[in-house]
Amino acid sequence: MSLFSIFNVAGSGMAAQSVRLNTVASNLANADSVASSAATAYRAKEPLFSQIQQQQSLAAGGSTEEGAGNGVQVVGVTESQASIPSRYEPGNPLADADGYVYSSNVNPVDELVNMISASRSYQNNVEVMNTTKQLMLKTLTLGQ
Amino acid sequence: MSLTTDNLFGINTQALNLWQRRSEVLASNMANADTPGYLARDVDFRKALASASGSDGNLALQTTAPGQIGSGSAASNAPLAYQIPNQPSMDGNTVDEQVQQADFAANSVHYQASLSFITAQIHMLRTAITGGQG
Repeated sequence: MSLFSIFNVAGSGMAAQSVRLNTVASNLANADSVASSAATAYRAKEPLFSQIQQQQSLAAGGSTEEGAGNGVQVVGVTESQASIPSRYEPGNPLADADGYVYSSNVNPVDELVNMISASRSYQNNVEVMNTTKQLMLKTLTLGQ
Repeated sequence: MSLTTDNLFGINTQALNLWQRRSEVLASNMANADTPGYLARDVDFRKALASASGSDGNLALQTTAPGQIGSGSAASNAPLAYQIPNQPSMDGNTVDEQVQQADFAANSVHYQASLSFITAQIHMLRTAITGGQG
């Protein structure tokens, strides 16, 4: 019954989007964090999505054709390579010997855009799951 | 109408399989809506149904011999095509979310239509069996 595999696919999409929302929350929470060196400063995190390859999908009872019925997975969380801004704050307890603190390279606008996109995609997957559930229930009452 | 289980419901069981398969493909597209480089897929319904009914390139389904219907594996081998995106994206993803949503909605209506046809067939058989008494 291939309708069942849609639950796996949509579920993997929801899981991936919730990881994305999680990183957005983490980035926004740390937007104003400071550190005493550029190496230890907070860098914006972003999840890396990739489609689940066919072997795994086959093992889960998926389809036989390549490239279809594939879910999505998070293969890793990357850190932004944007430059770390520093500012002169000699009174800050975290300031280095020259009086500089290093803040995060989080761009709040990027994060909000990411949040909206993740939220919409999540809703999309929920709708897919709901529709599939209704179709399956209708199939169960076939002939009545 | 022949009462062998093979073509009791005609092409509708094949169609049901295909709608199911297509909704799986569309769900996969939507799950991968944010995956960089993902290419949106779709089922070529006409080709798939033609090959399922054994009349390639021709949808005159009622002329099909009984033996040609019932190859249940036809739907799972449905030929997949790549969708042409309406607009390019920077990460190479070709999923158009709104198009997918519309297709998925239409697909579920088609699925329910096939279910209705099968239900009507069952009702007709029941009427024939009970002579309209049931």
